Amino acid sequence: MNKLTVSYAPHIHDNSSARRIMLDVIIALVPAFAMSVWVFGSRAAVVTSVCVVSCVLMEGVYQKLMKKPVTVNDFSAIITGLLLAFNLPVDIPIWQAVFGCAVAIIFVKQLFGGLGKNFANPAVTARVVMFLAFSTSMTTWAEIPDAASSATPLALMKRGGEELEKLPELWNMIIGSRGGSLGETSALVLLIGGIYLLVRRVITWHTPVTFIATVFILTALLGEKPEYHLFAGGLFLGAIFMATDYPTTPQTSSGRLIFGAGCGVLTVLIRLYGNYPEGVAFSILLMNMVVPYINKLTARKALGGKRD
Amino acid sequence: MKRIVGLPVPHSKNTADYKPEEISNPSEVRLPMKMHSGSPAKPIVSVGEEVQIGQLIGEAEGRVSSPVHASVSGTVKSINEHDAVTGQKALSVTITSDGKKTVFEGLAPPAVTNTAEFLKAVHDSGVVGLGGAGYPTAPKLTLKEGTRLDYILINGAECEPYITSDTRTMIDEAEYVAEGARLMKEYLRPENILICVENNKPEAIKELERLTAGEAGIGVRVLPSKYPQGERKVLVYNVTGRIVPEGGRLTDVGCIVVNCTTVAVFAKYIQTGMPLVSKCVTVDGSAVITPKNVIAPIGTPIGRLFDACGGLKDDCKKILMGGPMMGAAVPNTELPVVKVTNALLALNAKDARPPVPTACIKCGRCIRKCPMRLMPSHIESAYEAKKIDLLKQYKVNMCAECGCCAWLCPAKRPLAQVMTLSKELLWEARQG
Repeated sequence: MNKLTVSYAPHIHDNSSARRIMLDVIIALVPAFAMSVWVFGSRAAVVTSVCVVSCVLMEGVYQKLMKKPVTVNDFSAIITGLLLAFNLPVDIPIWQAVFGCAVAIIFVKQLFGGLGKNFANPAVTARVVMFLAFSTSMTTWAEIPDAASSATPLALMKRGGEELEKLPELWNMIIGSRGGSLGETSALVLLIGGIYLLVRRVITWHTPVTFIATVFILTALLGEKPEYHLFAGGLFLGAIFMATDYPTTPQTSSGRLIFGAGCGVLTVLIRLYGNYPEGVAFSILLMNMVVPYINKLTARKALGGKRD
Repeated sequence: MKRIVGLPVPHSKNTADYKPEEISNPSEVRLPMKMHSGSPAKPIVSVGEEVQIGQLIGEAEGRVSSPVHASVSGTVKSINEHDAVTGQKALSVTITSDGKKTVFEGLAPPAVTNTAEFLKAVHDSGVVGLGGAGYPTAPKLTLKEGTRLDYILINGAECEPYITSDTRTMIDEAEYVAEGARLMKEYLRPENILICVENNKPEAIKELERLTAGEAGIGVRVLPSKYPQGERKVLVYNVTGRIVPEGGRLTDVGCIVVNCTTVAVFAKYIQTGMPLVSKCVTVDGSAVITPKNVIAPIGTPIGRLFDACGGLKDDCKKILMGGPMMGAAVPNTELPVVKVTNALLALNAKDARPPVPTACIKCGRCIRKCPMRLMPSHIESAYEAKKIDLLKQYKVNMCAECGCCAWLCPAKRPLAQVMTLSKELLWEARQG
């Protein structure tokens, strides 16, 4: 008789894994990557590759130096690299992109304990840091063949007046032929990725739908062009891929509704009344800060549990 | 009405169509005096004494206890302490079988004409909660004066994967299940009796519907086959919409849940006088040569049941008493079949390996899917930090230990284990 294994129930598990979830997110980002190369050319692929490789290397080297188990094979650093690249303009200097990766992986993720322990989204935080540190290169947008202006539609709307004439056709904005960061321009391919994640049950609908709906409704109420606000900035990229990051967003369905609505309101306030044309990254980062409170507020009540 | 949806845990009911076969007589049986929750029974036989099948050998002691009967005919070999499945020591009576299967001549159907006699008969049958909890059935069915009883739910959900012993009872002993329902209707007077069966058991449903047709207040309720449908509070909620309060009993909301095989056992005792001496056990798993249902005398070493199924494959690495979601992994095959044993599973090396945990990614699946609406990932953090107050606040005491959180965790955290450890931590804190 073999020696028997004695372990605690349950003795069966579903076939999910953290790695499989990460892989699904990567798969969902592939269409947006392809679109970025189509819109911005081969340098989009260079920037993306640099970010992905830097993130993975930095995570591995950091863990090695700190004598921690190396967990780069969980694919999470690849996602950080992809998302950060998608938040950068195509002409970003490579060293600046690498700096952004260090902010994301070392400062935001690893210093707080690694996967699952960070309280702010690494890619979003890195974008915000880079935006403040390298504001010129972060807002210098490449010429797009079909677009009347290289400026992002949000920047044009911010300037107003005659600049509004230069706004691209709505359809061009939906498919992504417009100025902007690498991965944010095509709402269509981002939506395809989002639907894939919903079907694979990696994300729930709560945050993306409330985030996008809040922006639409609020801009409509405030007399803006709501359809342009949907497709003009990084709303789809943020709502589908960054406001659904597990560790930095609420875990309950009702919490996710609050999180999405909060992101939407902050985005609109920043876009309309702030100094910056875009507010998606800021709003996600700000809402990341209040996640512990949202989790507390929306904590599930045990079935039949007494109030203490 | 909102229902607890449950999880699509695979059913693996491979043995549902196997009519159970009796195993050949074991040469020896070991009957623990504590096969139930509450106080152990007290042995009333002495070493060397001749006993026969159905003869009382252990007397119930105290209000919550249950008698034990000889399951083979033969001679009492020893009365001493043995390891129980739980790891604790328990007094057991070992009987050497004479191979004759002589039935005790004193067995006779009890006279049941009123509630007290009915409850006494349930007690004398030796039956306990056969769904796994092992709570003696007679005290469960004994209601305080003035308790309003709306529902008795006969639990035939059998939501644990692999196990089909309840399914077989509901098919092969459907008459006893129906008779048990009638007896409870007559002597406990609930408004409704519902036999609750998951929809993956069409044969049992058909049989029970046929037998209860035209019975006032007795019916069959078909439920989705989703784990943990048969968890008692889940069952009460999904069938009646009632929520059992924290620390309360099911009777607080006018309900009783009783397992279908439990019902069949006392009904059989009342009709024939034969107490609980044998069990239908599902023997299955990737390391069993021929999975089957078998009927074995209580006290039979579990190895004998595997032998009756062609034996174990060479790469057997884990043996479970009970199902894969809540069953216990046991260290050897000498442990006896007890009253609550409904399945024995043997798993090969591949299935036996516990998964390797990775960091919690805070996906919240355990929180959104917990049938008791607890927050397992928060509880795990609180447990690791040994924060007693937080564990209390998170109501870990209400965990049903169904294992859903650990089953679906993508990071494969040992959440179910942490729940149990947290409960112990709370218990220790209360002891000071």
